[in-house]
Amino acid sequence: MNAPPVPVMFVETAAVRRKLRQETLAKWIFFSMAAAMVVPLLCIVGYLIVRAAPSLNLEFLLEVPKRGMTEGGIWPALIGTIYLVFISLAVSAPIGILAAVYLNEYARDNWFNRAINLAVINLAGVPSIVHALFGLGAFVYAARFGYSIISASLTLAIMTLPVIIASTRESLASVPRSFREACWNVGATRWQTIKSVVLPNSISGILTGVILQVSRAAGETAPVMFTGVVFFKAAERGDIFPYYLNEQCMALSMHLYTLSTQVPGVKESIPFATAVVLLALVVIVNAAAISLRVYLRSRKKW
Amino acid sequence: MVNANAAPHVEVSDLRLSYGMKEVIHGISFDVRRNEILGVIGPAQSGKTSLLRCINRTIDFTPDIHLTGRIVIDGEDVRKVRNVYALRRKIGMVAPLPVGLPLSIYDNVAFAPRSAGLTRKGDLAAIVEQCLRQAALWDEVKDRLASLGTKLSGGQQQRLTIARALSHQPEILCLDEFSIAIDPVTTMRIEDVLKELRRHMTIILVTNLTQQARRLADRTMFLWKGEIVELDTTDVIFSEKPKDQRTRDYVEGIFG
Repeated sequence: MNAPPVPVMFVETAAVRRKLRQETLAKWIFFSMAAAMVVPLLCIVGYLIVRAAPSLNLEFLLEVPKRGMTEGGIWPALIGTIYLVFISLAVSAPIGILAAVYLNEYARDNWFNRAINLAVINLAGVPSIVHALFGLGAFVYAARFGYSIISASLTLAIMTLPVIIASTRESLASVPRSFREACWNVGATRWQTIKSVVLPNSISGILTGVILQVSRAAGETAPVMFTGVVFFKAAERGDIFPYYLNEQCMALSMHLYTLSTQVPGVKESIPFATAVVLLALVVIVNAAAISLRVYLRSRKKW
Repeated sequence: MVNANAAPHVEVSDLRLSYGMKEVIHGISFDVRRNEILGVIGPAQSGKTSLLRCINRTIDFTPDIHLTGRIVIDGEDVRKVRNVYALRRKIGMVAPLPVGLPLSIYDNVAFAPRSAGLTRKGDLAAIVEQCLRQAALWDEVKDRLASLGTKLSGGQQQRLTIARALSHQPEILCLDEFSIAIDPVTTMRIEDVLKELRRHMTIILVTNLTQQARRLADRTMFLWKGEIVELDTTDVIFSEKPKDQRTRDYVEGIFG
């Protein structure tokens, strides 16, 4: 009785079954590790929101702290953080972007430009507390800006600068070199090439890189605490311009720190609500960055 | 066949080029005559592309090169030219792979005249139409000049690249293996374009396809490992008896 011959290729041998089992196992291990990343995030956000719930309302945003900071809202800290972030990025974004254009488009490979590169990389690795000390020495004392919004913003600017340079260079480098060569071949200068081809096609990446630094600048405590952010500063409820630039201000990160560790008898939900506001600020900014990137990507031209 | 006594348009003498320590062109000398098509054939790594990049000085963008010798165009040593942008406008350059700039078709062609300072709309439109016609692309794109150059097919993009190379009204047109990425039919159309163009300009045609040089070139140069093996009229190069045995072997496909 001859059974019809089975094509050898498709027989499921023990070796094949083992291979398939390993494949499935590998996939699930990788998936579970990736999925595990979501757990801490959900826990943090969930825990914060539950604990913060009694204080979370519009009043909390607009009101100033009351009764020795044990009650009331966070308006001066919120507006202070916005001041610091905007001023620091207004300084670091133009400098960083222009420096990156130089490094990526003009710089030749020589010792000087290698030194600049090295400086940028090392600056990015400096801990924020060291930036804080530098800011204290350079802006508060040497430049005589005193403890002020200016000093704190400039310190944050120096901290965000190297990252902006790095991210801008990366987006510039993603524009194919053949585009540049095509422009040079028809007698365009480097600047004409940059202006009409390189920048329009890398702007989405550049802007995203800058916006992502907002969350860093908003979250740092040490650099601003050393240079211009204070424990408490009186302000009117809902006042959009409570500070002069040469004055000290409050900031969310510092406020959270003081409420949690320095002030006795704070209403329990207030530090948590402050954290939620800080987190929400960062999430909103990141969401804006992502949607901007999606929008500009959709107009990408090659 | 072009008059053999025509004045040289490009004179290259004792050109040497090294990338770092590695010399890739070993002191070559030749002329390109006015209004001829000079075919340059040779296997990869023989210095063909580097030679073109020396001529329009885009070699300047490559770090760590060493260049000696002279390239004279219209009596001027290109290595001493101060206004390199004007030099590059004098030379049209078509790269191996089609490059549509991420701009509209119109802007792709208007880019060079604009870079040179031309701003009047009417003049620009006239140049764009003329160049697209010369590159045999006008009829296909005249109704969608505002759409993106990068969205065209490969063959159309290569003709767009040629239109762009013509847009600054060059006197010398350099084509670097222009047919690598396009189909034979488009290649034949572009070859017809070149036959037409050679009436107004000098053409240097670098090609991997020896038969393309045979079809188009007045004279052909066989470049091998950075040296000129032979430079003669195309008829001689492709005849039974070129001067050098290697030339014969190469064009017959025995090596290379």
